[in-house]
This record gives sequence, C-alpha cells and structure tokens, in this order.
Amino acid sequence: MSEVNVTTRRPAVVCDGVVIRYGDTVAIDHLSFEGHAGEVVALLGPNGAGKTSTVEALEGYRRVSEGSVRVLGLDPRRDHDALVPRIGVMLQKGGIYPMLGPAQVLHLFAAYYHDAEDPDSLLDLVGLSAVRRTPWRRLSGGEQQRLALALALVGKPSVLFLDEPTAGVDPEGRIVVRDIIAERRHRGICVILTTHELSEAERLADRVVIIDRGRMLADGTPSALAIGTADGSIRFSTDPGIDTAGLALTMGEGATVEEERPGSYRLRCGDGASTPAVVAALAGWLAERDLAVGDLRTGQSLEEAYLAITASRGATDPPASEPSERRHRAGRARAPRP
Amino acid sequence: MRPLTAQLRAELTMLGTNGETVFLTLGIPVVFLWFFSAVHVLPTGSGHPVDFLVPGILALAVMSTAMTALGIGTGFERGYGVLKRLGATPLGRPRLLTAKIIAIIAVELLQAAVLVGVGLALGWSPGGPGGAGALVGAAVGAMVLGTVAFGGVGLLLAGTLKPLVNLAVVNGLFVVLLLLGGMLIPLGKLPGWLAGVAKVLPASALADALHGALGHGTAVTTHDWVVLVVWAVAAPVAAGLAFRWE
Repeated sequence: MSEVNVTTRRPAVVCDGVVIRYGDTVAIDHLSFEGHAGEVVALLGPNGAGKTSTVEALEGYRRVSEGSVRVLGLDPRRDHDALVPRIGVMLQKGGIYPMLGPAQVLHLFAAYYHDAEDPDSLLDLVGLSAVRRTPWRRLSGGEQQRLALALALVGKPSVLFLDEPTAGVDPEGRIVVRDIIAERRHRGICVILTTHELSEAERLADRVVIIDRGRMLADGTPSALAIGTADGSIRFSTDPGIDTAGLALTMGEGATVEEERPGSYRLRCGDGASTPAVVAALAGWLAERDLAVGDLRTGQSLEEAYLAITASRGATDPPASEPSERRHRAGRARAPRP
Repeated sequence: MRPLTAQLRAELTMLGTNGETVFLTLGIPVVFLWFFSAVHVLPTGSGHPVDFLVPGILALAVMSTAMTALGIGTGFERGYGVLKRLGATPLGRPRLLTAKIIAIIAVELLQAAVLVGVGLALGWSPGGPGGAGALVGAAVGAMVLGTVAFGGVGLLLAGTLKPLVNLAVVNGLFVVLLLLGGMLIPLGKLPGWLAGVAKVLPASALADALHGALGHGTAVTTHDWVVLVVWAVAAPVAAGLAFRWE
C-alpha cells in the first residue's frame, strides 16, 4: 500500500472551482480542494465562512452554481442513491428523532444499510451505553453530538462528513471523538470536518483548508501553513539595548538584528532560514554576555498562521462583528510580550 | 424489506408512545362518542344519538390520524432536521412515505375497531333501525379517499410551515373542521352560507358519506364522491410540489 502514489489515486472528495449563490449572495467563491482516503481534511474558518455550505454541497443538500463536486467519483445530487450508502453524515444540529433513545435510533439506522456496524458496540464506542434508552431530547449536548457521530459511522462509510463534530462536547467527549476520527482515518476513510476552533484543526487534521467569506485563504498541512506564513526570522527577548550590530556580525553574512521594542528583538538570517545552528549561535552569544533569555521563538503555531492569513487577506472588505473581533485578536497576537 | 419494516416499527412506536397522539386519535373520539351518546346536547335528529355519532366520529378519527397526527409528527421531524438527515441515508423518500402511510392505516384500523366496538356496546344499529344494512364497501372507499385527502393537507402544512406554527395551524384546522364537518353537528344546523362553505370541505364530504353508508344505508352522493376525489388528488399534489425537506 505504501508504494501507491497518493497523487495518482483518485481523490475521495473533489471540490473544483465551486461557486454557491443564495440569491445575490455568493456563499462560496471558487473553492477548490481535495480529500483522499485515509486523510482528515479540516475546513477551518469563522462562523459564516461557508464551511457548512461546502460540506452540504458535498453531501448533496446544496446545488452548486458553478464548478463541480465529486464524492467517490460520483455527483452527490445526480448519483444520490448510489452515493448515500457509502457516506456518513453528521449535521451541525439535530437530525435525530427527539423521542427515541440512542439504542432505538442506532438500530433503526443500522437497518437502512446492507452492511452495518453492530449498534450495541457503536453505543459502547461513543460512550452512550448508560443512556441507551434516554430520549434524544433529554441527552446532554455532548451526548447528542456523540450519538450523531455514531449514526454517521453505522453504515461503514468510505467518506465521513462531520460538521462541527466537537462543538458543545465536553473535554472527555472530545477525546472520544478525536480518537474515533483518528481510528477511522487509520482504516482508510476520508474525513471532511468543519471547525472554527484552531486547536481542533491542528490536532485532528492532516490538511487544513482555511475559508473566510466563501473564499479559500490557504490549504496545507498544519505545519506547512505555520511555516508558510513565517518570515524566517527569530524573535527573542532579553535586556534592552544590547549590541545589535555586533550580534548581526556574529550571525554571519546578511544577518540583521532589530530591536522592535525595548528588550524585544528580531533576528533575520542571511539565507532566511531559522536553522538550529543559528539558534545555537544566538544562545552562545547571549550566554557569553550573561544575558537572560525571556522568550525565543523560531516558527509560529497554526493559530498565529491562521490569524496572519485571515488578517492580511481578509482586511479589504470589513464584514460584520466576528471578523472585526478576529482582526483585533490578530493585532494582539502579534504584539510583543511585555 | 428491512429498511421499510424497521422504519414502520419506528413510526408505530412514535405514534403509540406519544401521549398527545394517543389522546388525539383514540381518547378524543372515544370520549366524544360516549359523552354525546349519554348527554343529549347535540341536535342529532330523531333517532338514537349513537346512530348519528358513530359514522361522524369515524370521520373525525380519520381526520385526527391522517391530518393531525401525521401533520404534527412530520412537521416536528422536519423542524428537528430528521427528514434532512434521513435524506443522507439509503432509506429514501418512497420508503419513508410508505412506512408513514402503513402506520396511518394501522392506527385507523385500530380506531375503527375500537369505535365500532364502543358504538355497538352503546346500542348502535349499523344501517339504521330499519335494517337496510350498512354499505361497508362505500364507507371504506370514502375513508380511504378521506385518508389521502387529509394526509395531503397534513403534509402540505408540515412541509411548508415552521414546526410550532404548523402545530397551531393543524390543531386549529382540526377544531374548525370538527365543527364544520358535520361530524358532531349536522350541516343543516349551520347558517346557510357556512353550510355552503362546509359542503366543499373534505371533512363534511367524508362525514356525510359515512352517515349515509353506515347510518341509513343510503348510497354516497355524487357530490360527496366528487369533493373527496378532488381533495384526494389536489392535496397530495400540492404537498408534493410545496414540501420543503429542510
């Protein structure tokens, strides 16, 4: 299996130049990405970014105005009957008979499929055996989410669509959900999930597609996104007023050191790379002068990358409340620590 | 068959365990039948009140199940996103609809058995005291048409209104059709203009057909057949066109 070149295999999920319009509003604006077997793709973005519209187009609920969507090579609307036995769907909200308990609903859904998981072991897996007879409407938010996940799994799908799978789930439940997603991925299932939480995307996803106002801002592995937006500089803090010219000289050809704020420095290396050797040299230089290091950073987290990406590309047309809050947070995140 | 039988079992479980539905489909008809047989407040004519009441309340039972129970249940399923979620399973709409229809018919058979039993116990003589005999075939035919017509109305409302609005409208319609349907109160007691309106509604056509077929043993009028057929075609077609699954 490892010999198979991933790029030559047909992707499980394809979004190709997708445009979705609701009346005059463009919800999705030329979105393209792919998902492969054994891959977890997170659609990441603030509320209203178009994540749910995208997933619902793949599930066959939404008509695309332009472009095309394919799941397992099938058109989700035209080939609906052939596709539904092979996908698992978790809606963002509800979707379950409020009067029935987890066991009843799981047994019912299992009967829809030719080859279904055993409902009782699924109940165990998602930790709902203790509330197996409790009507859905009396379950906690986290229990409702886990039941929805179990229903998405019961038909042994090849592609899983999970819309905000950890929203409203308590920390313990989140671990359960994450473990299940990781395990299905290991079995070769393609998982497309949406989240507005960076930590979830970073933990769960092989690839992150960042969407804002219907447009794709970035697509890559969490680490590639973090590196891609990094500028190759090293930031550190120590006593104010150190000999920046002398340090730059020590760091070699083309290196510059700038004191951005008193005590906060940014070192740019000549070749633009933050190699461990540069870090070692910097640490040595500081040690010789008996300078304490308050903070030292070479890369950035996905969170910083996300904030940098959304702030820089989304700043042109200011929308409603949430994105402005995001820009505000972006500004804070980039500010130096005191 | 497995998806259909499982769905049918779920539909029957939900109908049977929902207290409001049981009250609506069995409680109200049985209580009305017993109460208005014992307390002669309704203008039911010269004969034994139960002779007028059983056919009328059978029509009420059909309406309560096919329109009210189906409409309210489906409306909430739509509001909770259940119908949307089922759209992403291999169950399919034809099987979902088939399961609902069979469940409705099963409830109606149960209602008919209970109401006929209670009616006979209260002294009902089917086909009138003269013993002309009840026209069971015509009665069943009218009830089938009524079921289709009321089911179409219930699904039309469930598929277009918000769940709570749907709940209010379906219940309101139930009361209005109960009063205007000739089920408890003969149409002749209504003001002329109101009776004219009532005559083209499916409730009065069904009640009148059952009064004729089961009460006096007289044939169902062409007018009643036409009204029932028109509603049985128009309401499901309208529901099919207007129904929104989300």
